Amino acid sequence: MATTLADDLRPLHHPHSWVTRYVWSQDHKVIAIQYSVTAISIGLVALVLSALMRLQLGFPGAFPAIQPDNYLQFVSMHGMIMVVYLLTALLLGGFGNYLIPLMIGARDMVFPFVNMLSYWLYLLSVIVLVAGFFVPGGPTGAGWTLYPPQAISEGTPGHQWGIVTMLVSLAIFVAAFTMGGLNYVTTVLQARTRGMTLMRMPLSVWGIFTASVMGLLAFPALFVAAVMMLFDRLAGTSFFMPAMQSAGMITSTQGGSPLLFQHLFWFFGHPEVYIVALPAFGIVSDLISVHARRNIFGYRMMVWAIVVIGALSFLVWAHHMYVSGMNPYFGFFFATSTLIIAIPTAIKVYNWMLTLWRGNIHMRVPMLFAIAFIFTFIHGGLSGLFLGNVSVDVPLSDTFFVVAHFHMVMGVSPVLVIFGAIYHWYPKITGRMWNETLGKLHFWITFLGVYAIFLPMHYLGILGVPRRYYALGQADFIPPSVHLANQWISIAALAVFAAQSLFFFNMIWSLFRGPKADPNPWGAASLEWQTPQTPPAHGNWGPKLPVVYRWAYDYSVPGAERDFIPQTEPRA
Amino acid sequence: MPIAVAIALLVFGSVAFHLFSPWWRTPIATNWGSIDSALDVTLWICAAAFVLLNLFLAWALVRYRHRPGHRAHYEPENSRLEKRLTFWTAIGIAGMLAPGLAAWGKYVSVPKEATIIEAVGQQWQWSFRYPGPDGVLGAAAVKYVTPDNVLGLDPLDPYGRDDLLVETGDLHLPVGKPVKILLRSKDVLHDFYVPEFRAKMDLVPGIVTYFWMTPTKTGTFDILCAELCGTGHHEMRGKVVVDSPRAFAAWQAQQSSFGQILAETPPAAMSILLIKANACSVPASWSIR
Repeated sequence: MATTLADDLRPLHHPHSWVTRYVWSQDHKVIAIQYSVTAISIGLVALVLSALMRLQLGFPGAFPAIQPDNYLQFVSMHGMIMVVYLLTALLLGGFGNYLIPLMIGARDMVFPFVNMLSYWLYLLSVIVLVAGFFVPGGPTGAGWTLYPPQAISEGTPGHQWGIVTMLVSLAIFVAAFTMGGLNYVTTVLQARTRGMTLMRMPLSVWGIFTASVMGLLAFPALFVAAVMMLFDRLAGTSFFMPAMQSAGMITSTQGGSPLLFQHLFWFFGHPEVYIVALPAFGIVSDLISVHARRNIFGYRMMVWAIVVIGALSFLVWAHHMYVSGMNPYFGFFFATSTLIIAIPTAIKVYNWMLTLWRGNIHMRVPMLFAIAFIFTFIHGGLSGLFLGNVSVDVPLSDTFFVVAHFHMVMGVSPVLVIFGAIYHWYPKITGRMWNETLGKLHFWITFLGVYAIFLPMHYLGILGVPRRYYALGQADFIPPSVHLANQWISIAALAVFAAQSLFFFNMIWSLFRGPKADPNPWGAASLEWQTPQTPPAHGNWGPKLPVVYRWAYDYSVPGAERDFIPQTEPRA
Repeated sequence: MPIAVAIALLVFGSVAFHLFSPWWRTPIATNWGSIDSALDVTLWICAAAFVLLNLFLAWALVRYRHRPGHRAHYEPENSRLEKRLTFWTAIGIAGMLAPGLAAWGKYVSVPKEATIIEAVGQQWQWSFRYPGPDGVLGAAAVKYVTPDNVLGLDPLDPYGRDDLLVETGDLHLPVGKPVKILLRSKDVLHDFYVPEFRAKMDLVPGIVTYFWMTPTKTGTFDILCAELCGTGHHEMRGKVVVDSPRAFAAWQAQQSSFGQILAETPPAAMSILLIKANACSVPASWSIR
């Protein structure tokens, strides 16, 4: 029996005014929405930046306002915003906040005040990030990896102040994440309702929980790297700065190690990939199970796969550094550990497909996104094996193959899950239903469009086209057809870009005009659909906490009257 | 139903794209065929997984679509099936890892007979240095750099005197001879990248990195930078010319050595050069020239 924080022991912080209800709110659901709206807003900035990049790559020279400096700034800010400020914040701060208490039967996070603080610090980090666009020299153009020495030396856009705002913003983000992450972990461990054992939790919670633990271990590496680079930039230290030349002058720095930064960065950066992926894995498992009306296949194996992937992801970071100049013998170890991680990952893919197998599949919009995720994730996961397989990485590293791979696996795939999840939980969050036709249109343009963008990029990379190039210029190995491909890719990218307006229109219009939603429109068994009110009120459960009698996947149980049994229904 | 058709079409479309698109790797110009083979093995295993998994997905979506009266099968787990799938996945993984590691084993073992050549990167150009008749590169560091000593050779190191410097021209390599390329950066990270060579490596300021290869094909190839190095990253280009041994020897004979460059350096510039080496009081018996 799980430890339960009984309702009467802990008074809820009931809001007394509009401000405490919607602004300085301590309700996890309001904080989740604050996190989500902020993350999606800054994500829109990243989306615009990607469109600007594609304009330059597809039609070089047609937009004289885009210069090499701007281009690199677009690249850098797009990457950092998408990975950290959109995906991490939305999946953990947004979905984590909304789903954890509802799915485990808690009234709120265990530290509601810290939870609120987490959001406001996150907002501050976003404001500092955006300030980078307005400082002298503009935002950093060092790539999202921020590798020194170039990040803080002459010749890189934004080395003056853009890099400072970026590093400060990251440090604040880590503080915000730590507050949130501690909350998610503690809540899952301490605040589950009666009967909600760990092995009865929905996989969404497992994914978010494991990702939070990983974040608490990985983000400190980013934090120290950011602080050390701030010292290098502002106080003249040489943590990452060797004796070198800068703008024709010999610098006063000496003895620092650029590779040290890369190790710190990727010790954070690789787990970060899974910090984004694991919540998406969990959520998509639940979407597939609900809409296929079938129990998730191999639940215990799915849980273990999440945990094993989480643990192994701390042992693979240097596969980002095969050609970095580190001791080449590390390659043997990191290639092996990297390819081993493919095994639990493949098990997850099999189990999603085996959940569909012998299911009763309803092709609703959230399910379409979940299926598209399986397709893009298989593609992105397999292309990752090329890059993990050390010697195969050598010709492919720093080419468009890498760009295609990571966009497919940690850009497109989690974003498809996020869309699916928003369509899935929207009726619970808002109490209204979105428009099906618009949702399907949004799905088809997005899914087919992203594949048209990223499939050809793999082949450009195998040809050898390097990434982070403002213009390809003249090179004998690049035929004119590459420029044509770049144009098509840009056109597909602009179509996908435009199609996102369908999503925003649908969400905002339905908020006011959508038909009233059923409290459990998909017939889902997990706890969040069994709340007494829709949307759930503050405190979630009314006077009495729910009691859980079964796992979250009792779908199409033989002999049962309906094709799902809620977790709250006692066993016969 | 449309999604199942779409997934099947995307699978066939991807295979067709692979077969008919004009973009594939450049013709190889070095001994690194083992890297290409490892890529091929990885590709075939991954392609098989891609086609099988997605066609199964498409089939399942059609076969088990919702119809009136249809009900899903309740089966929490099937550990035999899961174990089998795990086993075959591990076999596939091992099958691609083995050639990958084998090729890496060669990549990290530089042959003893490999000649040494240095490529130096700076924002945003390439320079090169050959060890000269003694086969040894002289010491070099950023602190020695002056306008007349662009590559930063130590003026007091006798090993550097016969080094051949190519400060603006092309890199020349003899065909058929293994060569260890030492990589040195004067400022930020760079990456010595020639697509036809397959091999590449970052240049890291503060340390010397390397890779090796044996050029197998004569011709001229583009050198690019593959590690973001600032505003001019995309313009950091060079050329490498792989010559027959005879043409290489003829070309090498025309290059000037560091000693020759020092001999032509005016005295004022020479003293700056020496000050950088902390050699203000060189004993008279030491002949700089």
